[in-house]
Amino acid sequence: MGEFRMPSLGADMATGTLLEWRVHPGDAVSRGDVIAVVDTDKAAIEAEVWESGVVEELLVPEGTRVPVGTVLARLRAGEAAAGAAAPPPPAAPPTVAEVAEVAEVAEVAEVAKAAEVAKVAEVAEVAEVAEVAEVAEVTETPEVPEIPAMPAAPILPWDGADGRVRASPAARRLAALRGIDLSSVTGTGPQGAVVRADVEHAPRLTQLPHRPRVSPLAARMAEELGIGLASVAGTGRDGAVTRADVERAAAGRKAAAAAEPGPGPARDRTAAMREAIAAAVARSKREIPHYYLWTHVELRDTLAWLAAENAKRTMEERILPAALLLKATALALRDFPELNGFWIDGTFRPGGGIHLGVAVFQRGGGLVAPAILDADTKPLGALMRELGDVVRRARAGGLRGAEITSATITVTSLGDRGAEGVLGVIYPPQVAIVGFGRIMERPWAEEGMVGVRPVVDLTLAADHRVSDGHRGSLFLEKVATLLHKPEEL
Amino acid sequence: MSQMETRAAVLNALRHIAPEVGEDELDPAGNLREQADLDSMDYMNFIVALGKDFGVEIPEADYPRLATLDGCVAYLAERVPQPA
Repeated sequence: MGEFRMPSLGADMATGTLLEWRVHPGDAVSRGDVIAVVDTDKAAIEAEVWESGVVEELLVPEGTRVPVGTVLARLRAGEAAAGAAAPPPPAAPPTVAEVAEVAEVAEVAEVAKAAEVAKVAEVAEVAEVAEVAEVAEVTETPEVPEIPAMPAAPILPWDGADGRVRASPAARRLAALRGIDLSSVTGTGPQGAVVRADVEHAPRLTQLPHRPRVSPLAARMAEELGIGLASVAGTGRDGAVTRADVERAAAGRKAAAAAEPGPGPARDRTAAMREAIAAAVARSKREIPHYYLWTHVELRDTLAWLAAENAKRTMEERILPAALLLKATALALRDFPELNGFWIDGTFRPGGGIHLGVAVFQRGGGLVAPAILDADTKPLGALMRELGDVVRRARAGGLRGAEITSATITVTSLGDRGAEGVLGVIYPPQVAIVGFGRIMERPWAEEGMVGVRPVVDLTLAADHRVSDGHRGSLFLEKVATLLHKPEEL
Repeated sequence: MSQMETRAAVLNALRHIAPEVGEDELDPAGNLREQADLDSMDYMNFIVALGKDFGVEIPEADYPRLATLDGCVAYLAERVPQPA
């Protein structure tokens, strides 16, 4: 008999919310199948199962927040039993370590039977305690906002606070694809959030764009009141929405809200992400002795080569400078294995490939760093496509667990509107982070002459337990050399 | 396609990338990327969407002309054949 547990999707993850099941009891699953969507506070991640079999029982309902390692479903070894003995995914080392750590801390907190966390409801709080205990030596248990383990009855999809619909990233993506107004969908997820299944069952609109007919006054009023026009039945000419219709809708919503009190203060998503990031960076700065190096790389000929290359490509196939920077970093890492891997249990473990975690900022705050696997082996065009794909999914939802846990090093690139440079914070248990600032025109001295050239600030923050400044400098030099031969990237 | 329709289509493409940006918050003559907080990847996706919607291939050299909402509308009006 197999078990599917809440995966650890990063050093900063102590608990996760089971957002959505993609399987039902009785379904056959194969190793690598996505069977659930998990919210890590930073992103909604598609979680894979690592053994084959038949889903016997789903133990945790959608919308439940549970500690990492909690058994979410039971699997019965199926006909394809050969797969059941397969080893865990490549991301296993940090994952296992993290799970162990969480379990250990839970014990320290003297919580009985932390292993039997299948009975989840009470344990949601335990994880919070564990998280706090890990973060700092707290003398007293601070007040922790309580998270409802089960969603209450579906409430109105509108979040009064900011006037936006609560919806999972996958739901947003699907709704946008199908041209469905989220405000017209009744959410059944946590806090009445709209989840993917809700959108799937919602009627499609026939046309895009789908602006309802509406009087300007009614439109302004609806906006002020945070009412989705698509959800208002129009009684004006040709079904146009009038001011009276909006007023009626607002009154109806108020009445419904009064009749059905919400389940207490919602856990604010941005705040939750900040907490998750805080836990990771605090651990990093507490445990990892960083050293920092930086240099400047002149890019005139490199960018000229790229412009010529892009002129030959269609819009979709064009390559952004970021892809060049990533590829050069990945190739350089082949010669510097001490920057590419993990520090676990007091020793360095080299990464089993060069998997670049790419820091992607999220609209509305926070960031997530999905990995581009084996980035050193991928041609530029393929690397660019993958970069576009992970950035899109990091923002819209749909990252997979393996993508979140397998990065062997992180690269943060501020893009062409960012600051001049960035000295990163290493993401534990990784041992280095490479930073690229904005490519900007600067005075550049060469062979006794000064000219204006595009220049990028290249930095390295690395773990001094594993490498030192001399090797780090050689690494930066290698990246610069590679960037000067873009045709070989 | 009228100028209003072109403008609506440009805004629609933008909405898919930056859904939180309200039409009335946009200065049509101001820098689109700054106002909508588009990084280079977002901007590239925006251009690709415009190219698809309007059926034109937009060379990279023309990107500076697509820096503002007004610029996009003017550029597309010029590139897209008008009905006789």
